Amino acid sequence: MNPLPLLSLVVFTPWLGAAVLALLRGISPATTRALTLAFSLSTLALSGLLLFQFDPHSLSPQFVERHPWIVALNVHYHLGLDGLSLLLVLLTGLITPAALLASWSHLSPSLPLPLSPSSSPRLFGSLFLLLQGAALGVFLALDFFHWFLFWELSLVPAFFLIKLWGGPGAPRAAYQFVVYTIGGSAFMLVGFAALFVATGTLDFAQLAQLGRDGTLAVKLSGGAHEVVFLGVLLGFAVKVPLWPFHTWLPATYAEAPTGAAMFLTGVMSKMGVYGCIRILWPIFPTPLHNAAPWLIVLALGGVVFGAFAAIKQTDLKRMVAYSSINHLSYCLLALFAVSYATDRNVATGPAVSAAFSGTLLQMFNHGLSAAALFACVGVLQTRKAHALSLPSSGTGVPPVSLHDFGGVRTAAPILAGLCGLSLFSSLGLPGLNGFVGEFLIFRGVFGLHPVAAAIATLGLLATALFLLTFWQRVFHGPRAGVTATAFAELNPIELATLLPLAALMVVCGLFPGLLTGLFNPLITSWADHLTLP
Amino acid sequence: MNALPLTIYVSFVGALLALAAGTRSHGAARWIALLTALTSFALTLLAASSFAPSPGLQTIIDLPWIAELGIRYHLGADGISLTLLVLTGLAATVGVLFSWNIEHRVGEFFALYLTLIGGVFGVFLSADAFTMFVFYEIAIVPKYFLIANWGSPATREHAAMKLVLYSFAGSALVLAGLLWANAAAVAQGSVSSFSLNDLAAAATHFSRGEQIGLFALVFTGFAVLAGMFPFHTWAPTGHVAAPTAASMLLAGVVMKLGAYGCLRVAMPLFPVGLAFWQPTIAALAIIGIFYAGFIALVQDDFKFVIGYSSVSHMGFVLLGLAAANATAVAGAVLQMFSHGVIAGLLFAVVGRMVYERTHTRQLADLRQLPLHRLLPFAALTFVLAGLASMGMPGFSGFPAELTILVGVWKTSPAWALFAGGGILVAAAFTLRAIQVSFFGSTPLSRVAASASESTHAGSLHHYEPITLAEKVGTALLLAATVYIGLKPDVLLDWITPALQSPLMQAALKGGSL
Amino acid sequence: MVPEAALVMGALFVLTFDLAFGRRRTLERRLYLAVINGTAAVVAAMYGAFSSGLADSVFGGVLILDELTMATRLGVLVLAWITLTLAGSTARFSHPAEFVAIVLFATAGFTLMAAAQQLLVAFVALELASLSLYILAGFDKSKPESAEAALKYFLFGGMSAAFLLFGFSLIYGLTGSIELHEISAHLAGHPPTPLLSVALVMVLVAFGFKAAAAPFHLWAPDVYEGAPVSSAALIASASKLAGLTLFVRLLWPGFGPGAGNVSTAAGAPGWLAIVACLSAASLLLGNFAALAQSNLRRLLAYSAIAHAGVMLLGVIAAGDAGNGPLFYYVFTYGIATVGAFGVIAVIERTTPCQRITDLAGLYRRSPLLTGCLAIYILSLAGMPPLAGFFGKFIVFAAALKLGGLAGPAGWLAILAIFLSAVALYYYLVILKQALVVAPAAAISGDTVTNRITVPADAAIVLVFAALILVVLGLSPSLVLRIF
Repeated sequence: MNPLPLLSLVVFTPWLGAAVLALLRGISPATTRALTLAFSLSTLALSGLLLFQFDPHSLSPQFVERHPWIVALNVHYHLGLDGLSLLLVLLTGLITPAALLASWSHLSPSLPLPLSPSSSPRLFGSLFLLLQGAALGVFLALDFFHWFLFWELSLVPAFFLIKLWGGPGAPRAAYQFVVYTIGGSAFMLVGFAALFVATGTLDFAQLAQLGRDGTLAVKLSGGAHEVVFLGVLLGFAVKVPLWPFHTWLPATYAEAPTGAAMFLTGVMSKMGVYGCIRILWPIFPTPLHNAAPWLIVLALGGVVFGAFAAIKQTDLKRMVAYSSINHLSYCLLALFAVSYATDRNVATGPAVSAAFSGTLLQMFNHGLSAAALFACVGVLQTRKAHALSLPSSGTGVPPVSLHDFGGVRTAAPILAGLCGLSLFSSLGLPGLNGFVGEFLIFRGVFGLHPVAAAIATLGLLATALFLLTFWQRVFHGPRAGVTATAFAELNPIELATLLPLAALMVVCGLFPGLLTGLFNPLITSWADHLTLP
Repeated sequence: MNALPLTIYVSFVGALLALAAGTRSHGAARWIALLTALTSFALTLLAASSFAPSPGLQTIIDLPWIAELGIRYHLGADGISLTLLVLTGLAATVGVLFSWNIEHRVGEFFALYLTLIGGVFGVFLSADAFTMFVFYEIAIVPKYFLIANWGSPATREHAAMKLVLYSFAGSALVLAGLLWANAAAVAQGSVSSFSLNDLAAAATHFSRGEQIGLFALVFTGFAVLAGMFPFHTWAPTGHVAAPTAASMLLAGVVMKLGAYGCLRVAMPLFPVGLAFWQPTIAALAIIGIFYAGFIALVQDDFKFVIGYSSVSHMGFVLLGLAAANATAVAGAVLQMFSHGVIAGLLFAVVGRMVYERTHTRQLADLRQLPLHRLLPFAALTFVLAGLASMGMPGFSGFPAELTILVGVWKTSPAWALFAGGGILVAAAFTLRAIQVSFFGSTPLSRVAASASESTHAGSLHHYEPITLAEKVGTALLLAATVYIGLKPDVLLDWITPALQSPLMQAALKGGSL
Repeated sequence: MVPEAALVMGALFVLTFDLAFGRRRTLERRLYLAVINGTAAVVAAMYGAFSSGLADSVFGGVLILDELTMATRLGVLVLAWITLTLAGSTARFSHPAEFVAIVLFATAGFTLMAAAQQLLVAFVALELASLSLYILAGFDKSKPESAEAALKYFLFGGMSAAFLLFGFSLIYGLTGSIELHEISAHLAGHPPTPLLSVALVMVLVAFGFKAAAAPFHLWAPDVYEGAPVSSAALIASASKLAGLTLFVRLLWPGFGPGAGNVSTAAGAPGWLAIVACLSAASLLLGNFAALAQSNLRRLLAYSAIAHAGVMLLGVIAAGDAGNGPLFYYVFTYGIATVGAFGVIAVIERTTPCQRITDLAGLYRRSPLLTGCLAIYILSLAGMPPLAGFFGKFIVFAAALKLGGLAGPAGWLAILAIFLSAVALYYYLVILKQALVVAPAAAISGDTVTNRITVPADAAIVLVFAALILVVLGLSPSLVLRIF
């Protein structure tokens, strides 16, 4: 056991930062910015430390902290880290500072809005750090009680970030977002209450053990097992989101301010997938297996409809939002396919490993590329606002449409380059990071459920279609619309936002082993122990 | 422990002193009230610090009172009472702080207020049904005058009367039940007694019909005060019309009296009746959760939203009681505490911080005001209280709801699923209230624009700043809800052993479907 | 007989004293002196009642001195004392000494009623009291309402006296005796006859009148409204206590064998069934009619009718539970009612007090009166810890013990419990005016002159009455252990 509670530090340093910001009245916007950024970078620094001490070959969680907490509910304060968590902690560490940089204008109240809290950089910073800490908590908690605490608490800052700094439809979108998500998690809560009744524990590892050896199915008899499974599934399905529970997503992403949208798509959507892998799959192997044929259909629905819906969009943010649905559905597709194939005498081993590696990589890569895409759209949005002499932040920001731009490539080549990189990464161009994940997923799913893989290719095609449309309409052709007048190149802050993300896309595309090395042993062990009770 | 009855006497004496002082100096009456409430609170905390949980009521005083009927002045406490006593002490103290600005008939206000508090303390300490009933009724009359005198002018007289008549009708049911039980016990040859233990012992020999009838009378009587659907209508109107401190006490503590009576009297005494009525109660509780929740979702009056939310939340308490197993009941008690604190906070914000500054409770008016900017402290408090009310983890509502869900699932998974839906409804109406009241849907930039155009907007809404009393009160309640949210064990360690007593075990056994 | 003697002598002394020394003094002075003398007589009577001891049979069985006698005597004397004192500080009569003397005569009738154990003495005592009360009801000759009240009271009272006498004579004819225990022995040994039923019905009609039970209640609202306040207070309190003692003694020790049974659904017929019907009718009529009243005194009258319903329930229960619950109930009711009338009397010194709204803003005009009124009214409403609550409690408990919910008695108790919730409404309407509503515009103009000054002696008795309600409420055993 590590003498220093590293994981608690990871989780609570951002919260400490939030508290500091909340308490320090009257500090200048510059100090606020610096503090916010510093605290958000703590995650990256600490995860570097974790990376250094992490042993990829150990299959059990590391840096474990476990203390008794609520005796009556047998709750322990239990944090632990394995390859999967580490990957997502890293991702959070990367995305949050980038998102903050993308929100630089929210952190510097250039506009005299005396009656608006959006003029309070301290509030923005605190909320963001709260959000970051909650997300980290979700990735590190190993006991339902505080896992759920972080899971739900993450909604609060997100709600206010969207509502107060979002677009004109933001209040409605924020409301919808939170109510949908809580609706899902309420039933998840009932499910876990039932699990506690049956097993007397809320610890994920213990529950997974009971799930694997079939005890759970015995204890939850008479249909209760399935009901509990559906409840928990619903919680995750809304969060990811799984088609058709996705309806909250496009409006939310579209209305959210750029930084929040980056975090939502980059980190928060991963919380759902993470939950499926960490909780749903290990604890409910049999119900998931039984439901897999249907769930695969739903995941395919997300892949295909997500992509086709994106084609129909002219609003760029909505387009990227739908593409998120599409990309995350790949992850779910792979997971459900693995569950489907379990015990079906399919030649599984390598396919399962491939599917899992693909899923994990896809989570990380999509986090990078989607966040980068939102950042680019955000830049385009500020340019449009500038051209129309509107405020460049707050609710007055206009939505950006495909038809607003043209020939950005000539006006702002660096922006075009970085955006193009993100687009092609998202598209899955070989050599960039997106390719590896999607390739592995397809490889795995082909081995496990060929029909699904075949249908999913439709989604690939459609993705290519709308991303290329985006690329072509906005960056190529004659300069038109907003671009027709003066169009500024990326400023240093914007560059600082995009450049690290772009660099990582390339690095991870060329050396995926850097990441897979973290979780390969874990995945191999999952693949090796793939049986139903 | 042994100092707990002092809470009752201190409150009554404080009431008299406040009444006497009020004729000369308002300030003196206020300080007397505050000191009285603080003393009671300190006494409860002191008792809590030395409390050794054990099954059954720990007798503190047991004196013969009315020998002719075998009535004893019997006070005792167990973990359940202690939980609610601490809540009462806390709510009383905070209530005084939030009534600091009362200027009209101050002495009488605090006298009635402290009488109410004393009655509540008495109910939570009683181990004899008669003693409990006496305190229960003592708590009824002050409510009328608190609302009718200091409530919001438009509806206060009607609301006060409605509230008191409902309470009194409920207590009439209880009285009928107790007298019937006593008569039936005597008819069987038992010595006349109103001690809960003796009544329970005698009730084991009652016929099934008697048990069912008695349970219906006593439970319904108490449940009226707990806001059980369809007897809840007094609650929203009463809460809305009441002055802030009274709303806080009504929703925070007085509704708990009802639930406490159900748990302490109806369930252990008549377990056979409980078994019979269990599904009905659960159904009513669930209907209450949804019905009140949906009404709260469409209310135009800010305070009505909170009023109905109380009914909805008390539905969870009743559902926990109806599930009648140790976990669910422990959760219900925890929820009583939690809701007591949270309802106090919500009413404090709506009634004191917002209404007394803006003089409107209409959401349509409030959404025009950039309240989060004008009253940031109130906004922050309301957001936190709203989150706690939604059952957000980290606040006391969450462990309570989780424990109730766990317990309810043990009895009936279907009820638990309904309760899950109820959580969603609670989230929806709370969020709407937060959204509309403090963060009105008027886009901020437009507000800002109009502010710059019409110069008055910035200067017009200069509300009196939040006072120190309000801040201290808010801090106390928030600290309580967060502390219990993170350490529910503190209370569960008291409550759980209390449920091991023979009486409670009988109730829980009767309730195992 | 010491109390009666003291009272009658006192009354004569009051008259003589006034005749001798009162001529040149003001009315107020004369009243004051008369009240002092009257009070002395009452105190002497109290001493006599207290020291007379217990005896089964006095004057050859004409009177009985048991616990009920003693309690009732002390009770009526306390009530008479309160009435007298209030009258002393509030009443304005042209014949003050006569008023006091008649009150003393009436009180003598009450104490005699409390002890009567023979039909003839009972009737004489009742008439002594009643005739005095008729005069008291009409004592205020300046007000036509007072005369109307007296006439109505007299007509109904005379009728009921006729019924009673007719009933007594039938009983004498059937049993050959006017001694209660002989009547009882005869009734126990013979099957009931139709004629006996007629006799019992006649007695009960008279009883219903005395107790103001529906449907014999018609006089009550008018008398309460029209009679001078002190007279109304006496009629509402002491007269009721004495009447109930008299009748409960007639009914249970006397006609007990003909009681029948109302504790089960198919009990034997008897006078209990009639009492139960009267009780139910009074409860329903009293409580619901009171809801519609806007006149304070009429409201008190209807509330009295409702209380009569509970008292009759106490009579039903007295067979098993003894007289304790009934006495406790009637006595504490009497105290609360006298107190309420006392408050009205004190207010009337300054402003008229007929309508409920006349009480508006009382809290500003006199906190003391408001506090006392609140205690009386809440006691009437049955709110703990006041005595009215425990009175109801113990009567209902006794009634339910007759047979649980197996018979009408139990259900009657349940009905009464639920109607007490109705009753709370109209009592709160009174208190709302006194405690919540601001003073009427005409009064609120100048708060100094509109403050009501409460004479010291009135204040003392009002506080005393309130204290009795609190002390007996907290410690009912003080009274109950007598029985």
